[in-house]
Amino acid sequence: MTALLDLSGVTKAYPGVVANDSVSLTIQSGEVHALLGENGAGKSTLVKMIYGLVKPDAGQMSLNGASFAPADPRAARAAGIGMVFQHFSLFDALTVAENIALGMENAPPMRQLAAQIKAVSETYGLPLAPHRLVGDLSAGERQRVEIIRCLLQEPKLLIMDEPTSVLTPQEVEILFKTLRKLSAEGTAILYISHKLEEIRSLCDAATILRLGKVVGHCIPRDTSAAEMAELMVGSALKPPQKVAAPVGDVLLELRDLSLPPASAFGMPLRQISVSVRAGEVLGIGGVAGNGQDELLSALSGEVTVPAGTVFFKGDDLARSHPNARRAAGLLTAPEERLGHAAAPDMSLTENAMLTGATRQGLERNGILNWKAARSFANQIIADFDVRTPGPGNAARSLSGGNLQKFVIGREILQRPEVLVVNQPTWGVDASAAAAIRQALLDLAEGGAAVVVISQDLDELMEISDNFAALNEGRLSAVRPAAGLTVAEIGQMMGGAHGMEVAHV
Amino acid sequence: MDLSVINPILLLAALMSAATPILLAATGELVVERAGVLNLGVEGMMIVGAIAGFIVAVNTGSPAMGFIGAAAGGAILSLLFVFLTQVALANQVASGLGLTLFGLGLSALMGQSYVGVKPPRMGDLDLGPLSDIPVLGPILFSHDAMVYIGLLMVACVWATLKYTRAGLVLRAVGENHDAAHALGYKVKRIRALAILFGGACAGMGGAYISLIRVPQWTEGMTAGVGWIALALVVFASWKPWRVLLGAYLFGGITQLQLNLQGAGVAIPVEYLAMSPYIVTIIVLVTLSADKSRAPGSLGRIFHASH
Amino acid sequence: MIRLDKRPQPSRAMALATPLLAVLATMVFGGLLFAVLGEDPVQSILTIFWQPLFGEFAFYYRPQLLVKGAPLVLIAMGLALGFRAGIWNIGAEGQYIMGAIFGAAAALAFYPLEAWWIFPLMVICGGLGGLLWAMIPGLLKVKFGTNEILVSLMLVYVAEQFLSSMSLGLLKNPEGFGFPGSRNLQQYASAHNAEIITGSGMHWGVVAAMIAVIFAYVLLTRHRLGFAIRVTGEAPRAAKFGGVNPARLILFCLGTSGLLAGLAGMFEVAGPAGQITLDFNVGYGFTAIIVAFLGRLHPVGILLAGGLMALTYIGGDIAQSQLGLPAAAIQVFQGMLLFFLLALDVLTNYRLRFGAAEVA
Repeated sequence: MTALLDLSGVTKAYPGVVANDSVSLTIQSGEVHALLGENGAGKSTLVKMIYGLVKPDAGQMSLNGASFAPADPRAARAAGIGMVFQHFSLFDALTVAENIALGMENAPPMRQLAAQIKAVSETYGLPLAPHRLVGDLSAGERQRVEIIRCLLQEPKLLIMDEPTSVLTPQEVEILFKTLRKLSAEGTAILYISHKLEEIRSLCDAATILRLGKVVGHCIPRDTSAAEMAELMVGSALKPPQKVAAPVGDVLLELRDLSLPPASAFGMPLRQISVSVRAGEVLGIGGVAGNGQDELLSALSGEVTVPAGTVFFKGDDLARSHPNARRAAGLLTAPEERLGHAAAPDMSLTENAMLTGATRQGLERNGILNWKAARSFANQIIADFDVRTPGPGNAARSLSGGNLQKFVIGREILQRPEVLVVNQPTWGVDASAAAAIRQALLDLAEGGAAVVVISQDLDELMEISDNFAALNEGRLSAVRPAAGLTVAEIGQMMGGAHGMEVAHV
Repeated sequence: MDLSVINPILLLAALMSAATPILLAATGELVVERAGVLNLGVEGMMIVGAIAGFIVAVNTGSPAMGFIGAAAGGAILSLLFVFLTQVALANQVASGLGLTLFGLGLSALMGQSYVGVKPPRMGDLDLGPLSDIPVLGPILFSHDAMVYIGLLMVACVWATLKYTRAGLVLRAVGENHDAAHALGYKVKRIRALAILFGGACAGMGGAYISLIRVPQWTEGMTAGVGWIALALVVFASWKPWRVLLGAYLFGGITQLQLNLQGAGVAIPVEYLAMSPYIVTIIVLVTLSADKSRAPGSLGRIFHASH
Repeated sequence: MIRLDKRPQPSRAMALATPLLAVLATMVFGGLLFAVLGEDPVQSILTIFWQPLFGEFAFYYRPQLLVKGAPLVLIAMGLALGFRAGIWNIGAEGQYIMGAIFGAAAALAFYPLEAWWIFPLMVICGGLGGLLWAMIPGLLKVKFGTNEILVSLMLVYVAEQFLSSMSLGLLKNPEGFGFPGSRNLQQYASAHNAEIITGSGMHWGVVAAMIAVIFAYVLLTRHRLGFAIRVTGEAPRAAKFGGVNPARLILFCLGTSGLLAGLAGMFEVAGPAGQITLDFNVGYGFTAIIVAFLGRLHPVGILLAGGLMALTYIGGDIAQSQLGLPAAAIQVFQGMLLFFLLALDVLTNYRLRFGAAEVA
């Protein structure tokens, strides 16, 4: 039997980096095949070539035995390839039906399409209202739009890029049921992830990429997570060391914090009350888009909130601006590195100045001391092992992991009493992620209160003392992290969000 | 002062004509902005259209040919904007300003030997008995063809955006160019076409001023109409029918202040002449609260990375 | 196929080279344009760029360079601060007019009194006129989120109408035989912005332009406010995160650019122009936009660009009188310069690659 998709010797190079180096891969019909690798291992480039977004420099691809070289995504779709993106493929201001029509070659008239959407969504247990605006949907619902868009094309191969990063554990279970049903019907699935347990429970085969090369194949059910992790990372990683620190006084307290949404499709914050003590790491979980960015900007001072809602060591900082909060000792690091935490085209020295001016004494009466800023940048680079030729380089020239180390290091070196970080290890390679987590734990051990907002539950469970979850702008009750079950966490995150189980 | 000089029927009839240049230019710009591009060169494309149309009309003796020439002139100038913003990835605000400054100079250069020349007249469209209807006849049914073409254009743009796949793709590109690219749509090509359409519309709008409203050629004769058209797109929340409404509002104010000047109202001429611009500002202020309808990628540079 | 690859960081060499390349390209294509118009291209370009500096009558033209360059640099410097922060004041022409009207009105209110404080008062009023006019788009943007581009531009047309109203009404010279226009300030010693050194072209506006350039340079490189301007332009969210108050920055940038444009107008009306007339404004406010970009929004660059643009004005005048080159041709020439600059700017941030086309 010929394989559905066969890749051999596929190579793609970009200036300065070989994204895929002679990659070979075979997928059979009905197989769920995992593509496993760290950030930057070349997974995205590989699937973009299969989907026609990028052309390989060398190598062959064949589909059902015939040579396959899609000129663009339309050609790939016509050949039976569907792709569910992690980001960037939906249009907020358009309806569900319009979004789906845009991903189809021969979209039927809207009315007919709406009926088809209803039918498919019921078959696969993915309820969707065709006429709602996509901007009003939750992350899980948005993913359903993408999945249904693919399913309507009756694909032979469905590519899924990190599909579970936007789902609660309950939603993941439902998604897996849908995928198993598809696989039973003969659809092959190429499943990209770095979450090993998921792959073990779902996938029939796995290909592991490291630095653009295939470093191994395995049958996930028969391979331990530790073995796969070692193949993926190249060496065994040591988990962060957590020392139970004595918990001190309350440093940060939110009382009934509410905030209206910033934009038409924004999320409001609803009556958030929580307190964090010295030495404590509070993990805040939740699916993307449930108020994480809004909570961070309310704490950083980018938006000012009603008086009497944010207290730092008993002082009301709710009306204070970012630098007043920094002066007090409340520091933050937002999720988006490029453009929010750092200015992409500015040098690391300038980016050190951006938040360090107040606490590091880099300015006096408005006059900036660039020499001091430069040595502060150098200190961050040295202490946090930031790989860069020097502080004069632009922030965007750094890799994700290195820039994240710089951003987190910049705040930690300012000796915060409270540090709030959002997605500290998003899109960061494993060794940088481990270093960042360790630095956060060390900070808490030194007597600071640390709030980690993250969508990575494994990370939160690893480093948090206490755990809460954001759902629809509300914060759940805080519970000790130790002993929480996955089911309990999922319920705190909003459970299945009313999603049905597939009619298998 | 003698307000009885102002005949309401003639005023309303003239309003439709006064609104046409703004309507044409704003409809074109609406399409451009729905594709996610902010072209501030409307004024420049209008003035180049005004002189291009004028030259063609004078030399061919046909106003219709003049409008075609104007559309071509505006589109050719907008090609420069396509090159700057879609190929060289230049800042759209700066490029649009450049287009306007360049267009003003270019039109002055082109129009050197046309100052004082009379263009051929474009007659009113013969709509038979319709134009004999009392009141409505003179207001609605006794205009030149371009007035109706302008209306038709709004209707076409509205229907295309709302009901066709091409319209859906255009809106998608304007809403989120990264997503549109990921789905395989040619973002730059679609935007280039939208910009060319906008240029052609602006050009025709300009020619309506030089061939019908004034009708003669003077340097800088568009006098900010292109900028008012830009304001109108914001005012209209990027919706075609609201562009029509806005164009009539501005057409009405322009015409009314002209009539008031003619009637010799006690307000000095200069202050009357300011009024369309001040009204534009007031309208922008009262409506700038609702910017949520702006296309998501408006004004952002698109470059397909890996 | 040519492909663009984003550079890891902007190229400094290209940032310096592109304005020069743009000037060269403009000379080539400008020459072609002049050839199309039936002139000798080399002769025309020489007339524009060589004659004012080194020609037979250079002694007359060189001071003109300062006279024409000063308002351009003064206005462009203010605009550049805003442009760097992504705040687009394109109504400098209006602020220039209002500065001139306010400055002239302050002087004419005391005519024929001679006193030392009249000129300083005019400076204050002129600056204030431009500042207030620019505060309209500023406050509207801060309060209502109104687009400052459109408002500032609309106000140019309003200011032009106000200018004609003033020349025909309130400020009209009672001894002017009914001609539109105010009294000539050159004949009012206390109000005259005379040359500091006779025959040098050096008037107080030139001094003000120099001070503005130095002030802007220090602000942008050494002061927190200048840093705030730069970060806001590069990454507005990062600026807000870093503690920049966007509303204050908008008011500062629009206010400063209005103030400088107003000063330019006041120095012009009290000096080279002499009086408020219907055609007082000659488009400096718009040409200054080109100057700002040509100078890469950098104080030193703007100084050089202002000089170059003044040269094209003077050279254009010479070409007009000697070769009969139309005035509009110079306007086209200036527009071309901006185009080439914007087009070539891509080389600063991207690398050109020749080879196989990427799917795009």
